[in-house]
Amino acid sequence: MATAAPAVGPPGPVIAGGRRERTSSWPLADRVGYWLCWATGIGICLITLGIVVFMFVKGIAYLKPSLFVESPAAEAVQSRSGGFLDPIVGTLIVSILGIAIAAPLGVAIAVWLSEYRRPSWLARTVESAIEVIAGTPSVVLALFGLLIFSEGFLAFLSQRASNGSVYGRSFFAAGGVMAVLAIPLIVGSTREALSQLPVRLREASYALGRTRATTIRRVLLPAIRPGIATGTVLGMGRIIGDTAIIKILLGVALVNEGVGHVPLLSTLRGTGATLTTFVFENSPAGEGNAPQKAYAAAFVLMMMVLVLNALVTWLTGRSGGERSKPRRWWALARLPLRSGR
Amino acid sequence: MDLNPLRAAPGEAQRRGRRWATARLDRRAEQTLGALAVVVLILIAAMVATVFIKAWPSFSHNGLSWFGSGGDVDEQLRAMQRATPLPGHSIYYFRAWPLIWGTLLTTGAAVVIALVSSTLAAIFLTEFAPLVVRRVLDPLIRLLAGIPSVIYGLIGILALAPWINEHLISRSRKESVAYVVQLNGANLTTATLILTVMILPIMVAISANALEAVPRSWQEGSIALGVNRWRTIWRVSLRTARPAIIAAAVLATARALGEAVMLFMVAGSRGFAANPLDGLTFLLEPVRPLAATIFEESDGLTNPAISHTIYAIGAVLLVSAAMLSLAGWASKQQLKRFGIGI
Repeated sequence: MATAAPAVGPPGPVIAGGRRERTSSWPLADRVGYWLCWATGIGICLITLGIVVFMFVKGIAYLKPSLFVESPAAEAVQSRSGGFLDPIVGTLIVSILGIAIAAPLGVAIAVWLSEYRRPSWLARTVESAIEVIAGTPSVVLALFGLLIFSEGFLAFLSQRASNGSVYGRSFFAAGGVMAVLAIPLIVGSTREALSQLPVRLREASYALGRTRATTIRRVLLPAIRPGIATGTVLGMGRIIGDTAIIKILLGVALVNEGVGHVPLLSTLRGTGATLTTFVFENSPAGEGNAPQKAYAAAFVLMMMVLVLNALVTWLTGRSGGERSKPRRWWALARLPLRSGR
Repeated sequence: MDLNPLRAAPGEAQRRGRRWATARLDRRAEQTLGALAVVVLILIAAMVATVFIKAWPSFSHNGLSWFGSGGDVDEQLRAMQRATPLPGHSIYYFRAWPLIWGTLLTTGAAVVIALVSSTLAAIFLTEFAPLVVRRVLDPLIRLLAGIPSVIYGLIGILALAPWINEHLISRSRKESVAYVVQLNGANLTTATLILTVMILPIMVAISANALEAVPRSWQEGSIALGVNRWRTIWRVSLRTARPAIIAAAVLATARALGEAVMLFMVAGSRGFAANPLDGLTFLLEPVRPLAATIFEESDGLTNPAISHTIYAIGAVLLVSAAMLSLAGWASKQQLKRFGIGI
């Protein structure tokens, strides 16, 4: 009987009578199933490795330092169509903007849902609303964002066309909608972290006469910092990888075109490009059709994703604290899908 | 209550005043946070309302036949772009069936394939994989989940599609359907394969999570009765985790439904209702799902007819995705019966 499971790590194969159960004694159907499991597992490994290696080989082959410092130009000849400086800047702007909006909002919602949740019907409704946001296709979010940001009173966030209609496409608009995309992830991982905190932490704070608000600000939030960071990084990964919102809300320009003369504000109000739209536009499906540029940009994008991935691994290794059980990565994958207990 | 002994004990009145003040502060914090949460609710309500209002002209002109078939959907969209209605029809004339059919095919096929393989992979990951393999597989699957869809699209259109075009589509096959549709590497099969890889990680994640949460004693009970490992997994673990696996499938469906960029790039981008009667050629026919159509036509949003139609498609997607998310949420609630919360 497998009572002596290792304290850390996976359950592993059950030890029956002190030795590993041999599959050779199984009926054929069971053995087929066993081998199918192995085949799928290894298959997934190979597919992922294939994708990564393919992107690395292609990316390194076409990547040149000059691509990072040149702005894209509309030119049929690939050697003169510039690099992807603007798209990289665009990606950074959109993700910073999106996270700057999503992080405070997401943490606030998560704290309210976990610590207050009064009245409870409202809390349940908010929970399912977040569930719905997490499931909404990003194209639909983008369509909705376009409607909102084309409203007259939000004209200061984009630009007015000559006929007086509001353009509705700008870094502000894209960042705003991206925030909606990231909120479920941040809410999920913040709540996860809050639920992992030992109750005695709260009790100790209350016993010292602290109010709930003070406890949250001084005790709980500092304790779940890695959890919040994890959500933020996950949200960032989501933002960096999204193409549909950018195409609809930032336009398909190659370079970042400002509006007006105030330095930073003009860029934010203007249209532009990010790495994802750059890859898309330079793929055979887009207008540029410069596969080499697309591969190079996709490689940069891939590197960003890898870095963010590594960050999440590092952060989840840090979070959890003394008492929690060893965390598995899939605890993260389910974050946005979680419902309250 | 300030019980801190280091602080000079204030007078009773003062103390009560402070207690009152902190309580008010606490209440205000609660209200502020609650208000922010309500913002999300308002956002959702506004989204549903505005998208439907904007979509209404398209639905009202076409009625329920909006969902039906009739004519070439690409031609209908072109007519809207030119602002010249098709003869005998209004400018809003739109029959979305080819797009809906394309969505059903790609999503359905991908989810079915992914359901089987993700369950097997989850069993592998939680039960059979040696620690070394698992240490490799864990981050790899997570990486797979993080790859942006445009990269999947790029690989599809630059690597997989040309290969399929060269090796799987013979000239005679192309000629056999040349009078209705042109075959090339970007087709239903390519799209389904890549979509499967895209939704696989999230499904493996949820399923593995649930399998891991199955109480060990239940498995041990089964093993103690002399049932072998595989049967135990099949009969005990999988059955317990079934709601989670269903939830995974439902949520993956929602994701596949909303995938736009990748499907636009590799599904052939042709509003064509692939015909199962064409035999094997069916698998190689181009399609264009709903989300990809929004993505493609988004340049024409200034055109009123196009924009109402696009928002109508968006409304259909919104409703389906919302229903799927709630269904996934509901099916996860069943797990709580077993005391397994995921």
